Amino acid sequence: MSTHSTYDLLRHLADSWGLVMMTAIFLGLCAWPFRPGARPMNRDAANSIFKDESDV
Amino acid sequence: MESALKRSGLWLAGLLIAVLACAAAVDTGFAIHMGIVGFACIIGLIVTLRGLDMSRAILSPDQGRYDDDVIRWGVIATVFWGMAGFLVGLVIALQLALPVLNLGLEWTAFGRLRPLHTSAVIFAFGGNALIATSFYVVQRTCRARLAFPGLARFVFWGYQLFIVLAATGYLLGITQAKEYAEPEWYVDIWLTIVWVAYLAVFVGTIIKRTEPHIYVANWFYLSFIITVAMLHIVNNLNWPVSFVGSRSFPVFAGVQGALVQWWYGHNAVGFFLTAGFLAMMYYFVPKQAERPIFSYRLSIIHFWALIFLYIWAGPHHLHYTALPDWAQTLGMVFSVMLWMPSWGGMINGLMTLNGAWDKVRTDPIIRMMVMALAFYGMSTFEGPMMSIKSVNSLSHYTDWTIGHVHSGALGWNGMITFACVYYMVPRLWAKPRLYSLRMVNWHFWLATVGIVFYASSMWVAGITQGLMWREYGADGYLVNSFAETVLALKPMYFLRAFGGLLFLSGAVVMTVNVWRTILGHQRDEAPMRDAAFDPAKDRPIVAVAA
Repeated sequence: MSTHSTYDLLRHLADSWGLVMMTAIFLGLCAWPFRPGARPMNRDAANSIFKDESDV
Repeated sequence: MESALKRSGLWLAGLLIAVLACAAAVDTGFAIHMGIVGFACIIGLIVTLRGLDMSRAILSPDQGRYDDDVIRWGVIATVFWGMAGFLVGLVIALQLALPVLNLGLEWTAFGRLRPLHTSAVIFAFGGNALIATSFYVVQRTCRARLAFPGLARFVFWGYQLFIVLAATGYLLGITQAKEYAEPEWYVDIWLTIVWVAYLAVFVGTIIKRTEPHIYVANWFYLSFIITVAMLHIVNNLNWPVSFVGSRSFPVFAGVQGALVQWWYGHNAVGFFLTAGFLAMMYYFVPKQAERPIFSYRLSIIHFWALIFLYIWAGPHHLHYTALPDWAQTLGMVFSVMLWMPSWGGMINGLMTLNGAWDKVRTDPIIRMMVMALAFYGMSTFEGPMMSIKSVNSLSHYTDWTIGHVHSGALGWNGMITFACVYYMVPRLWAKPRLYSLRMVNWHFWLATVGIVFYASSMWVAGITQGLMWREYGADGYLVNSFAETVLALKPMYFLRAFGGLLFLSGAVVMTVNVWRTILGHQRDEAPMRDAAFDPAKDRPIVAVAA
């Protein structure tokens, strides 16, 4: 494959399926903590740094 | 005994290699550097052979549940390199206003001291703060002792050697001329080894954890460590001219090289100075406020949005250059999009104080954190704005950029680091409290007023400069010569140096405070909140008769 067509292939992959895939993964990761039943988990995680009496 | 013998053997082998490399060196700089490496090996050898206990040198209390010795060293190194970096910053600010301070020597010229300043504050002050706080946070959030304690010590001392080699290299004129990546090939290789060890210690501790969930601060630290490793290796793909010399040439040339450099450069800001310091924010702000983070969900969105967006923003450093237009636009668009997660993170940090806003009045450490978050918000608004091409055509290459960098670096990175140092020192040395809370307050105001002087003088200087550079006369020629713009900026340079002096003074106050806290002194002082007792008002509210 010539250099030019490699560039062309990657360029078109990047602004079509590559972009769609990255966007989908990103949205999925952002939506994950909002799944049903995650509320107590988020609360526990946020409070986990206060569980110990002392940090020494 | 056997391990001491083995370690002495390693030090001797290191010393031998350094001496041979020093003898075979093709340039003076490389010979001096190998001399420094040899000297470091001799110190290591003496410490090993005499069985010196390094923790006694810094008055360490007995080790508790966690392995904190290396963190104590890290805090001391943070304060030390901070002082050095701020001082050099003040010197070069004065050099710009008074060129005679270059002293006419190559080693003290602005061009050599400038990378010394930037590396000292970013990599030495900031880097040590990141290493120390990451080891502190990862142990406490994972409820596990540090994995590979020996390797953790190697990370700390190896990183200090990297700093010394980089700093002395700049003064000697050893540079690969890439901004924020100036050290030459052999120093880069050394840093890569240290960094991989750092990753191993951090990930090892996470794997050892007894807490099921990995707290979000550790996500930020881990992304910082991994991304910096990737950026550092790709941007420093250089081929040395000689394996016993200090010169090398990059693999990437021309505009590709420029793009790789700014892909590195901007993500050094994004992952070293932002993700790493946000990790500090997500642990130390809730701890100091004694309230959980405002929204854990928002912190996760903040994390993924930074990861997905930051990596594309680098091309905004190359507007109106040979870089393809679409790449410039891509960099601009992603920079503008970054504004949203940045402000989401700022709001998350600030809203953590919801219901505890009185602490801003009574607790100067919280005040520093709030100021840090305010500057994080301000500079992450200013940055995207400056990345817009039409704004950039005015701001690029002017002092506005310098002002922007410093409002982020002094305001956000500096303030949050100071707050973390004040939080950790009494806990690390098992003292009931800091030497003086009022001195923290002094530090806060000296630093804040210093940043205001710095940022506002550089806004005025930058816009003046940008407008003077682009001014055409009726005959179609540029109106101002370069020297005329320099003359116009001179008063602003003095104001900037004054701001730097105030910031440095604040750091001196911190150094005294930290030092005396470690010594176990407590200053006899009036408490920060002192509401006057008024007996006339101290009575129950009487119900009004119907």
